[in-house]
This record gives sequence, C-alpha cells and structure tokens, in this order.
Amino acid sequence: MTTDTTTKDTTPGAPTPGETVLDARGVTMRFGGLTAVRGVDLTVGAGEIVGLIGPNGAGKTTFFNCLTGLYVPTEGEVRYKGNVLPPKSFKVTAAGIARTFQNIRLFANMTVLENVLVGRHTRTKEGFWSAVLRGPGFHRAEKASKDRAMELLRFVGLDHKAEHLARNLPYGEQRKLEIARALASEPGLLLLDEPTAGMNPQETRATEELVFAIRDMGIAVLVIEHDMRFIFNLCDRVAVLVQGEKLVEGDSATVQGDERVVAAYLGEPFEDAPGADEVAEVEAAEAHAGTTDEATGARADTTTDAAPGKENDR
Amino acid sequence: MTTQTTAPDTPGARKADAPTGLLPLPEKAARALALGGSALTIVSTFLAWTWTADFPGDLTVYGYPGGLQVLVLIGALLATLFALASYGIRGLAWLVPAGADAALRFATLATFATSWYTVLAISTELGGLVNLEPGGFLVAVSSLAALAGALALPFQRPEPDPIDPDDTGWEKFKHGATYKWETTKAVFAAGSPRPVATLPSYAEILIIVAMLALGLVVFTYGIGTEYDELFIGFLITTGLGFATLNKAGLIAHASQIASRHTSITICGAFVAAALFPFTQTNDQYATIGVYILIFATVALGLNIVVGLAGLLDLGYVAFLGVGAYAAALVSGSPSSPFDVHFPFWAAALVGAAASLVFGVLIGAPTLRLRGDYLAIVTLGFGEIFRITANNLDGTSGPDLTNGSNGVSSIPNLDVLGFDFGAPHDVGGFTIGRFANYFFLMLIVTAVVVLVFRRSSNSRIGRAWVAIREDETAALAMGINGFRVKLVAFAVGASLAGLAGTVQAHVTYTVTPEQYLFAGPIPPNSAFLLAAVVLGGMGTISGPLIGAALLFLIPNKLQFLGNYQLFAFGLVLMLLMRFRPEGLIPNRRRQLEFHEEAEAPTLLTKAGA
Repeated sequence: MTTDTTTKDTTPGAPTPGETVLDARGVTMRFGGLTAVRGVDLTVGAGEIVGLIGPNGAGKTTFFNCLTGLYVPTEGEVRYKGNVLPPKSFKVTAAGIARTFQNIRLFANMTVLENVLVGRHTRTKEGFWSAVLRGPGFHRAEKASKDRAMELLRFVGLDHKAEHLARNLPYGEQRKLEIARALASEPGLLLLDEPTAGMNPQETRATEELVFAIRDMGIAVLVIEHDMRFIFNLCDRVAVLVQGEKLVEGDSATVQGDERVVAAYLGEPFEDAPGADEVAEVEAAEAHAGTTDEATGARADTTTDAAPGKENDR
Repeated sequence: MTTQTTAPDTPGARKADAPTGLLPLPEKAARALALGGSALTIVSTFLAWTWTADFPGDLTVYGYPGGLQVLVLIGALLATLFALASYGIRGLAWLVPAGADAALRFATLATFATSWYTVLAISTELGGLVNLEPGGFLVAVSSLAALAGALALPFQRPEPDPIDPDDTGWEKFKHGATYKWETTKAVFAAGSPRPVATLPSYAEILIIVAMLALGLVVFTYGIGTEYDELFIGFLITTGLGFATLNKAGLIAHASQIASRHTSITICGAFVAAALFPFTQTNDQYATIGVYILIFATVALGLNIVVGLAGLLDLGYVAFLGVGAYAAALVSGSPSSPFDVHFPFWAAALVGAAASLVFGVLIGAPTLRLRGDYLAIVTLGFGEIFRITANNLDGTSGPDLTNGSNGVSSIPNLDVLGFDFGAPHDVGGFTIGRFANYFFLMLIVTAVVVLVFRRSSNSRIGRAWVAIREDETAALAMGINGFRVKLVAFAVGASLAGLAGTVQAHVTYTVTPEQYLFAGPIPPNSAFLLAAVVLGGMGTISGPLIGAALLFLIPNKLQFLGNYQLFAFGLVLMLLMRFRPEGLIPNRRRQLEFHEEAEAPTLLTKAGA
C-alpha cells in the first residue's frame, strides 16, 4: 500500500492547501412531512479528512446523497470549489466529487479492470463513432485509460486480480475496488459511506492507511463511519449529525468530550425517574463515564455494528 | 451434490461400494453391449427398413442409406466412436476431453431416438408394424441395446438425503421424486473438460475451418430437408448430437480454440455463410436463407439494446418497418407518392436515418422509464407505428404509405450494373435472385456484427453494461445514463432500419401487417426478442442461431398449423426453466443465472 506519488501530478486542479473544496450551507432535505436533514452547514478544506458521525437514522446518508446529486436539497446549497453543484449525480461526478456506497454497488458481472474503466468515463471522450471506426486516437485513449486503471489497481493492491469478476472478490477487496473505481474519476473530493462496515480490525487498519494515502494524493475525504476508533484516528475534523441537525463540529477531542454527543448515542439521563436514588445512581455513572475520553470512545463503540446493509442509497 | 461421473477406464480401482449403472449389468458387458449395438445399428442403416416407397426418403434399398437412415447412421457412427474411446483406445483420447461415458449415453440416446422415431413413423403412417422390413426391426433392437448398454455403465450416484419419518406421504413422494431426478441428472452429467493443449496456429486454424465447414453442412442439410419427418429427425439428431459433443467436452475445446482466433473465426464464418448459395441448385432454399439472415441481423441489432444496455424493447420490429417503408418510398415504386428512384446506397442511408430519427423520437420520452415500464411503452409504440402506417392511405390521413395495401411492386436493385433481380452464373453455379439478395444482406450482417463487436468493447459499451448492472452506481460514476441509453436505442434502431431497406427489396411489397408484435411469421417483435433470449443475450452467435431455429422450425413444420405459437410458448418456457442463459451463453449471464455453480474466477473472452 505505497502512495504512488506520480498520480499526484495527474490529478487535475490539485488544490492549494487551505482552499475550501466543499461548502454546504443550510442544507435541508424534506420527504413529504419528514425532514431528514435540517439546515446543515459543512465545509471540507483541501487535504482534509472530515468525519461525519451520528446514530442510525440521523440523516448522514441523506446528507451524502444531497452532496452527490442523487437528491436535490429542498433548501440550501452545496458548492464545490466555489460552484454550485448541478442537480444530476453524473454531473456531480464530472465536477469532481466521487463516492462509494454504504452497501457495495459494484458492477458485479464486469471484471475488476472494467469496473475501474467505467470510473474513467467522465475523463475520457470517445463516443460511439470513435469506437466503431477505431482510429489511432481511440487506441491511444483506450491504452491511456487502461494504464491509469491498472495504476489505481496497484495503488489499492488489486492489480493481480484485474481479470477477475468483481462478484468473486472477497468483501474487503470489493470495498477497495469501489474506492479505486471512485478514484478513477479523478475527484477532488472523495465521499466514503461507511468504508469499514463489516471489516475485521486488520482490514479496518488497512483502509485507514488507504485513506491517508488518498489524502496524500491531494484529495479531500469526507467519511461516514460508525467505527469511532477509526473516525477519531483518521479525521482532522468530525461533525456529529443527530436527528437531521448538526450537533457539534470540531476535532476529535472536542467531539469526544461533548456530553450531548454521548447523550445522542446513549440517551439522556433519567429526569423524572420513579425513585430519587435511581436518578442519583444514573447521574453518578454518567458523570463517572464522561470524565475520561477513553470511556466515551469505548461507549460510543458499542454502536459500531449498527444496521449493516441499510438500503437507503436512493 | 457431486454429480460427476467417474473417470472411465479405471477398472482396477473398483471398491465394494463401486458405482453401478442404472441397469443391473456388469460394466464390461454393458460397454460391449453399447459398442456392439452401435456397430449393429450402422450395419442396419444399409438394409431396407420398409417395403414401399410410400414413406418419404426411399428406405427400401439395400446397400446404401437414404433419408432418415443417414441421420441414424451419423448418430450410430458417433456412438461407436465414443464407445471405442471409452475403452481408452490410443488416438481417440482427443475425442473425449471430458470423459467418454456421458457422451456415449447421449450418442446412443440420439441414435435410439432417431431410429425409433423413424420406425414408429413408418408403422403409423403406413398402418402397422407389418410394413417394416427386417432392417427396421434390426435397427430398433440394436439401437435399444446400445442405449441399454450405455445406461448400464456405472456412474456416480448422488448422496441420498435421509427421509424425515414425520413427513406426510406427499412429502415422501416429493423427496423420492427429487432423488430420482437428481439421479437422472447424474447419469447424464459429465466431468469438466481438461484444458486444451496449445497447437501450432495453422492446426488451430484448420480446426476452425473444419468446424465452420461442419456448421455449413449441418445448416445446409437442415434448410434442405424436404419433408416433415426428415426435419424432425434432423432436429432430434442435431440436438442430441450437439449435447453429445458438449458432454464430451469438444464444444468447450472448440470455443477455446475459436476464442484464440476471434477475427479469423468471424471472417471464416462469413466466408462459410457466403458459400451457402453455392450449395443450392435452385432459389427455393436461398429464399429461406435470405429471410433467416434478415431476421438474424435484426435480432443482433436488438441484442445491442437488450443484451448490452439491458433495455427491454418490445416494439423493435417498428424500426425494421420504418427502414423498409423509407426505402420503399424512395425506390421508384409506382405506389409510392414520391416519384424518385434513389440508388441503393442513398436508399440505405435514408432508411437508416429514418429509423434513427424514429428511434430518438421514441427513445427520448420513454427512456426515463426503467424495466417493465419501458417494455410496455415500447410495445405501445410498436403498435402505434403499424396502425399509423395502416391509416396513412389518403382517406384516414395523408397519403403516404398506401394503407393496408402497402407499397408494392418495389423494383429490384441495380448496383453498378449488377441486376439483383436476374440470375447470374458464377463459376458454373447459378446464383438466383434471392441468392443475390443473400449476399447483399450478408454485407449488412457484417456491418451489424462489426458495430456490435467494436462498440461493446469500448467506453460506450462498458457504459451500457454498467447501466444494465446497476443504474444508480453507473450514474454515480459519471455516466450520463439517459444519453448513453439513447445512443443504444438509436444505434439499434438504425441497424434495424438498414436491414429494413434490404427487406423491402427482397419482399417486393411493404405492408403494415409485416410488422406485428406477435404473429406466426418472423420477424416480429416477440420472435425477435425470443431469438435473442433463446440464443443468448449479449453474444453475437446466439441471436444468429436463435433466429435460424425460430425461422426454420415454423417454416419446416407446417403441420403444426395453429399450434405453432402454442408450441413456441411451451419451448420458450422450458428453455427459461432449464437454460435461462440461452443456447450460447454469455459468460457474464451464465454466472448471473447459476449463482450456486462453482464459478470460474477468470472471465475469458470465450463464448461471445
């Protein structure tokens, strides 16, 4: 898993540090009477890894879908490098935001290489006539695409399986392939929706390395995850979404120390409990647990295995 | 659940629980019976089977086989060869890369089915067994003996599941039936073929040439069968014969060799197809040839839309109609309101362009729909085209298509002084009108094959497959789904239109009733889709073979009459149950439909 420095040069418009890549302002998403996301602001700077956490049903994936054009926000706007995002997901990808899915959505009956080549779609131009007539330009572009795709497969460590069908890869490698496919569209911002769901600790650690390597290529990363250890190791900033609203945003320490985050995950302490001594007991336990960061982390960890295979991507 | 037969020729390795055959015979006797029966069948085909020439095909002659006897002879020769190979005779091992026993069973079954069909047909048509000569009885007995011998060969029985004693009688019966079915499947199951050795390339090309020649001979024989009994016998023999070669592993080897030389195979296939008119003495069967080719070409165009892009189009025949009408209107036909006579290249362009425009017009509003909804809407548009063409007759609408009478008396083509309407002599062979059009249609087919092959292996083709696999993910990868689908729709439409321009000239007349959704005569939308599904989605050879079968079978089996569509539906249902990926499966599709099977991890380019 070495960082391929040559890829850095080929990334178009590699951002200068400090520049804001993604700027979401007051994003609200309503489905009929249900407000899934309410007035969320979020910025991602160049070279930053930002985490997005929250309990199940907090609206993380809905917010993600607003960022990628699958949904058009009811209110508010999302800007990518200063431009308002177009309302179609393929245009968003062309603009430079690539994503992976919570439940893996590879093209299962295509080969690994073909999957990555599909990711190259927005960065290549050959149309139908070029494919039928097969001029020299076609062969050149096809070869360039293949070379780039193989380079990305080497980057995620799948080059030896280029001709395998995507469906036959083990779970962890399918996740990697999805990341490689997203990288093939040469994004400036990569959105990862629970990249470590269902992984064992070794695979999680490898994914961590991979995300750092992607950051080093100059690509900003926004990641949704339930694995708190992963998030707090990885992210420069973490935003917490609860019931569609942003609760806190800040670095790991700030978020881990915030009582409201703990309350959102574990519930409020009893207010009008049946017996006074029970209230005291709970509060004592709460106060004890809240004192150390580690404890909070450990307690938040209990939600790690939440809802695998949630089907709310569209 | 292992359903593999034991490798043959391991007599030393027999244990106490050694596998036994379906019939209680010792292995050596069974093998000898299969061989002897097959050999005797060969002999019997040289005898007379009946005393009168009333049964078609003249089976009354001693000394040489005729009609159905030839088919039995071919089956029996195959069976004998595989029986010898199952003895492990040196020099025959190349015949059976996947083991000989399963192939032997299928070969004897093919011989048995064809000969018993013949014998029964003779005795029912002529009224009684008394019409059989000794040869007829001999072939019946010897082919049955060969089949019995082959079935008595040992095979690996599946492990029986223990029966739950609490089950009801019906459940027990079901359990037993399932086990019997598993056993029957195991009898005919073959092992996986060993990998094919690399031969020098000239040898591989010679093998490809031999395969293509064999294909041409089989096709020519099938198209030239003169009476129903012979065609049914042909279907039985070729169907089971193909299964035999498949079980022997020869088909797998052949497709591997062909996949190493795809360009040569495709060019060779076109040469073989071009040789077809030279095998015919008159235009009778060249007519069938050109109609099959039109049908197959349109089916291949539909395969781009359905097989690659996954858009279920049930009104595809309308595009053929648009092309045919456009070409007919500019052909100088007296019933065309336009008094123009374009040369063929211009007419072809007009036809393709008209279909393209029509395709975009239909596609633009409908391609926002997915799946079944798209199918329903395209079905509607297909019918709208036909009804509109019916009404543009000057009374219900503007005079354009001459209504239900259609555009008639379309003149024959004349390209560079070559008159397509007149017979020509080429090297001693007379090439008639339909044969001329056959060659023209072959060029159109080549164009469609070229477009299919090149576009499928490119950026746009990958986008089509991606859309078919998962539209949401494809959109998220930056594919403009609507545009890519519209391109697929338009390409499919213009290829069908191109075929339509030739069809207009072949049929002299273009009427709305040629472009139905479903009817007894192909091409119509239902048959086109059936040809694609039957042959295999996403492949080139699949729709071609599917179309040939779907055209030949109703054409040859006229006696089916009103039951044609019923039989067609039944066959389609059975096929979908037992082989959903089609006769020539695309590798991807095969994996998609048989998820439980141990999938080969590498997707080779074979089978396309």
